[in-house]
Amino acid sequence: MLTNYDELNDMQIDVLREIGNIGAGNAATALATILDEKVEISLPKVRITDFNTAVNALGGAEAMTVGVLLNFNGEANGMIMFLLNMQDAQAITNILIQEENGGEEEGADGRLSDLKLSAIKEIGNILGSSYINSLATLTGLNINISIPYIAIDMAGALMSVPIIEFGSIGDKVMFIEECFITEEDRLSGNIILFAEIETLKLIMERLGLEV
Amino acid sequence: MSELLVVGISDYKVARNPTVLVTYALGSCVGICIYDSRLKIGGLSHIMLPESSMFNKNDLNRMKFADTAIVDMVQDLIKLGADPRRLTAKIAGGAQMFDVQQASMIGTIGDRNVCSVKDTLHKLKIPLIAEDTGLNYGRTVYFDLETGVMKVQSLGRGTREL
Repeated sequence: MLTNYDELNDMQIDVLREIGNIGAGNAATALATILDEKVEISLPKVRITDFNTAVNALGGAEAMTVGVLLNFNGEANGMIMFLLNMQDAQAITNILIQEENGGEEEGADGRLSDLKLSAIKEIGNILGSSYINSLATLTGLNINISIPYIAIDMAGALMSVPIIEFGSIGDKVMFIEECFITEEDRLSGNIILFAEIETLKLIMERLGLEV
Repeated sequence: MSELLVVGISDYKVARNPTVLVTYALGSCVGICIYDSRLKIGGLSHIMLPESSMFNKNDLNRMKFADTAIVDMVQDLIKLGADPRRLTAKIAGGAQMFDVQQASMIGTIGDRNVCSVKDTLHKLKIPLIAEDTGLNYGRTVYFDLETGVMKVQSLGRGTREL
């Protein structure tokens, strides 16, 4: 009986990973459209990992990070969060938006303009929704997604939000790392997916796995 | 130079002077510093959730919950020689990281953590002498056992000493 992320077997983890891969494919297509194909997305690395490993992959607990959070509910319940470190957030929005004033309003502390924040929120929205969409399509589950919420703060403080919400089922998360490849640069973005344990069971059942 | 002792998420540590206890990036989690100022013995706890009773008792990490973590940490402080009548507390954290409007658990978990911490301290008759809680940003807490000062650092908001 599945009660905890720690109890997922290799087969079940592979299934989650595959959902991640399909989601990333959809996300890449959706993003390429709005980004006018200036940015490619590599095949993602999907890991089921603990909190500390995920936080370290983001550059440590105190690293300044942009997080876009989406809740999903219905027949599947959980959260999905898109995380981007500050330098990469600056770089990716510079590709998207050439502001008239050259971004003068951005202070020395690396704050992003409202327009850039809004752009990142939308990227997070598209990526997150693409994952949930592929999950819903594969499983036939009816899933609703919230509007996106954005915050800029320490990686550890942002990452703790889904961990706390689902604190009863262990400290593991599904951590998806993707590369955005531009003409000059490779930028790394991360997505964490956290589903209720009942939802995990339902996904496994729908895909024909024993739970 | 004092030793820096790192307290993880759902963790607590107790120590004697000279030590600086630190816990990084509290979001809606709460950091609780408890101190015996005469013996310079102190502990720092990083809790995630308000009450252990919300969850089934199997495989329970007592350091994750405000009600169980604080009680256990105080026991460990007493074992180190601290006098329970002399203990005082300072707390930080309990933010709401995302401005979620829905009536969901995440909207209020920071507040509920802070409430549960205060209830537990009250039951243990430990006076709360300083706090930096709520609002919408992450905090790192340094607790210096030489002075009993709790230093709270945030991104772009500087440092507060309490």
